[in-house]
Amino acid sequence: MEKKMINIKIEGQSYQVEDGLTILEAAKRCGYNIPSLCEYNKGECSKASCRVCLVEATGARGLVASCVYPVSEGMEIKISSPKAVKARRTSVELLLSNHNMNCQQCVKNGNCELLHVANITGARENAFKGVKTETTLDILGPGIMRDTSKCILCGRCIERCKKAQGIGILGFEKRGFNTIVAPAGNRSFAQAPCLQCGQCTLVCPTGALTEVSEIPLIDKAFMEGKKVIVQTAPAVRAAIAEEFGDPIGTVGTGKMAAALRRLGFYRVYDTNFGADLTIMEEANELLHRIKNGGVLPQITSCSPGWINYLEFYYPEVIPNVSTCKSPHEMMGAVIKSYWAERNGIDPKDIFVVSVMPCTAKKTEEVRPQLSHNGLRDVDAVLTTRELARLIKRSGINWDMLPEEDFDPDLLGDYTGAAVIFGATGGVMEAALRTAYFALTSKELNPVDFLPVRGLQGVKEASVDINGIIVKVAVASGMANAKKLLDDIKAGKSEYHFIEIMCCPGGCINGGGQPYVKPVFLNKEGMDILDTYREKRASVLYKEDKGRPIRQSHNNPQIKKLYEDYFKEPLSEKSEELLHTHYKARERYPEI
Amino acid sequence: MAALQQKAKEQIVEICRKYKDEPTPLMVILSEVQTEYGYIPLEVQEVISEETHIPVAEIYGVVTFYSFFSLKPKGKYVIGVCLGTACYVKGSQAIIDKFCDLLKIQPGETTEDGLFTISALRCIGACSLAPACSINGKVYPTLTVDKVQGIIDEYKKEASV
Repeated sequence: MEKKMINIKIEGQSYQVEDGLTILEAAKRCGYNIPSLCEYNKGECSKASCRVCLVEATGARGLVASCVYPVSEGMEIKISSPKAVKARRTSVELLLSNHNMNCQQCVKNGNCELLHVANITGARENAFKGVKTETTLDILGPGIMRDTSKCILCGRCIERCKKAQGIGILGFEKRGFNTIVAPAGNRSFAQAPCLQCGQCTLVCPTGALTEVSEIPLIDKAFMEGKKVIVQTAPAVRAAIAEEFGDPIGTVGTGKMAAALRRLGFYRVYDTNFGADLTIMEEANELLHRIKNGGVLPQITSCSPGWINYLEFYYPEVIPNVSTCKSPHEMMGAVIKSYWAERNGIDPKDIFVVSVMPCTAKKTEEVRPQLSHNGLRDVDAVLTTRELARLIKRSGINWDMLPEEDFDPDLLGDYTGAAVIFGATGGVMEAALRTAYFALTSKELNPVDFLPVRGLQGVKEASVDINGIIVKVAVASGMANAKKLLDDIKAGKSEYHFIEIMCCPGGCINGGGQPYVKPVFLNKEGMDILDTYREKRASVLYKEDKGRPIRQSHNNPQIKKLYEDYFKEPLSEKSEELLHTHYKARERYPEI
Repeated sequence: MAALQQKAKEQIVEICRKYKDEPTPLMVILSEVQTEYGYIPLEVQEVISEETHIPVAEIYGVVTFYSFFSLKPKGKYVIGVCLGTACYVKGSQAIIDKFCDLLKIQPGETTEDGLFTISALRCIGACSLAPACSINGKVYPTLTVDKVQGIIDEYKKEASV
C-alpha cells in the first residue's frame, strides 16, 4: 500500500514526507540531521528521556522532542531557531553535569555519541556544577563491565536486552537523582543471570557499557617470553576493516593476517581449522544420536552466550546440547597438545589468544571445564574492537598492509564450511555438508544449502539423507530461540538438529564487533542499521564460495590430524580434548 | 539466593495468579505481597518474575522507586515522620532527628530488636496538626522533641506485654 504523503516545512522550505514519521526521521530524509543521541531506530529508547533533539514545531506547546513527536500536515519545524539551539545545548550540558568526563582514558572515545553531540551543540564545560550521583564501577566481568559514572540513563541497553535476548537483565533502579541502570540489586554482571553477550555495549552511546579488555594479559605474556599464538574467528574478518574506515562489508582477511604477524605473534592461525574440527565431531555426534536413539534434537554449542542462557534459563535442555567445545576452544586444546608435541614445545610456554566478535567468549575461556592438565585451552580473548586498538596502538597503517595468508603449518588449512560459522545458519549448513557425506559417501549437491541462510530470527528446513528426513531449525537471538526451547521442554519438538546463536544474525553481529553508529558513518546509506548484518554475512559467503575445499571432512590437515592423533571422531582422545559438559547455574547467587 | 520456603513460594504464586488478567498486574501484586509479608526481597521478586514474565530488574526498579515497598523486613512499629512542607516548617526535622538519636538508627533502618523502623515521609495529609508523625496508622499531632521519648516508651511497653 502506498504511504500517504503530507506537506511540511523545515526552516521555511517545503517538503513532502510520509505520514507517520517522527520529526527526527522526516528531517533526516529532507537533509537535516537534528542533533540527537538516537540511532533513528524505533524502539531502541522509548523513553525520549535525553531531550537533546528538541525543536520548535507549529501546533505543539513549547519545544518538542523530535525523536517521538510525529509530523502532521502543514507543520512548520524550526531546528535552528535560537530557542531550539539553546534548549538542545542546555539538555546536553545537563547530561554532562552528572558525567564522569575522563574522555582521554575512555575506550569509547572516537565512538562516543555524547562527546559528538556535546561538540555539535556547543555545550560549555561545567555549565552546571553540583553534586553527582553516587556511581558503581563493575569490573568483575569477565565479559562486560559497567561504569554508571558515564551512564546518561537513556535506557537503550535495557531495550536491546529485552528485544534481542528477551531477558531485560538491566533496569532503572531507585529514583530521581539517585537513579542508575543496573541488574537487579545493582549486582555485578558476574553475579546476575547475564549472558554477557555484549549487545548492550553495541547500543550504549557512551563508555558506560564496554567489554573487559584483556590487552594487558597479552602484553604480560609477551613480556614473559611466552610463545603467543593467535587465532581469529570467521566473523572478525567480516568487520575488522570497518575500524579503519573501510565500508561495511569489506573483506579484512588478508590484511588482518598481515597485521597479526606484524604484532609479533608466534603463529597466526584461523579458528576456522577449529571450526572444521567442530563439524567433524558435531556431525558425527548427531549421527550417533540419530542411529542410537540418543536425545534429540541436538543443539549446537559454539555460542557461549547461548550456553550461558542454557545454564541459567533452560537447564532442562542440557542433554540436548552437543558436548563439542566451541571452535576456538578446540583449537586451543589442539595447539596445546598435538601442535605442541609436534613442535617439541612445552604447553606451559604457550599462550593462546583468540580474537573473537564476542564478549561472552571471555566468560567461556575461564570455565573450569575448558582446561586440560591444569592449563586453560585459551588464555585470552580479544574482541574485534580490541584487536583494532592493538593494531592502532602499534602504528600499523591498515591501508598499506599487504594481503597475507595465515600460517600454513599443521593447523593452517580451512574450508568454506568453516568460514560461514560466523553467520546465522552457517554451522547448520557446514554440519549438513559433512553429515550428508558421512551417511551417503556422496557430497551434498549443490554445496550451498540456501534454506538456512538469511537473517530471519527462526529458519526451518529438512533434508533427505539416504531416506532419513533430517529436520533442522536455526535461531539467532534468545528471544527467537525461546519458542524452540519451550517446545523441547514440553517434548513437542520435531527437529533433529537445531543451531542456536546468541546474537541476532549470528557472530557477525556479536557484542564484540565494531560499533555501527550512523552518526560516525557518513558514507554509509541511511538504512545502514537495517543492512549492515547482511553486508557482513556476504563477506563470509563470498569467502566460502572462493575456497578450493568447501566441506570440513575434505580438509587435508583435518584428515591428517585424525590419522595421526585422534583416530576418529568421538574417539577416547577426542572426548578428552574436544568435548565438554554443562551444568545448571543459580541466577542470583547469595552474595 | 536463600531458598524460599515452599509454602511461602506457593502463596506468592497464588497472589500472582490472582491478578494475571489485570492489564498492569505488577503494582497490585507488589502491594499485596508487601502488605502480607512486610517486605519484597530479591528471591520473592524472582518468583514474581517467573509468573508474570516481567524482568527481575524491572520489578526491582519498581520496588526501589516507591517508598511504600521495602526490600528488608520492616519493624513491628513503623514510625513515619512527616517531612512535608507544613511539618518541616514547624520543625519536624528535629523530631525525626530525635527519633533517630534515641533509637540509634537512620531513616529507612530498623532497630536490631526488630521493633522500630523510622521512615521519612512527604506529607501525610495532616498539615493542620503539624508537625506530625504516624505509627502503624495512628497519627501523633503537634509534636515536640520532648514528646518523642514518651511515644517510644509507650510502644516498648505495649510490645513487652
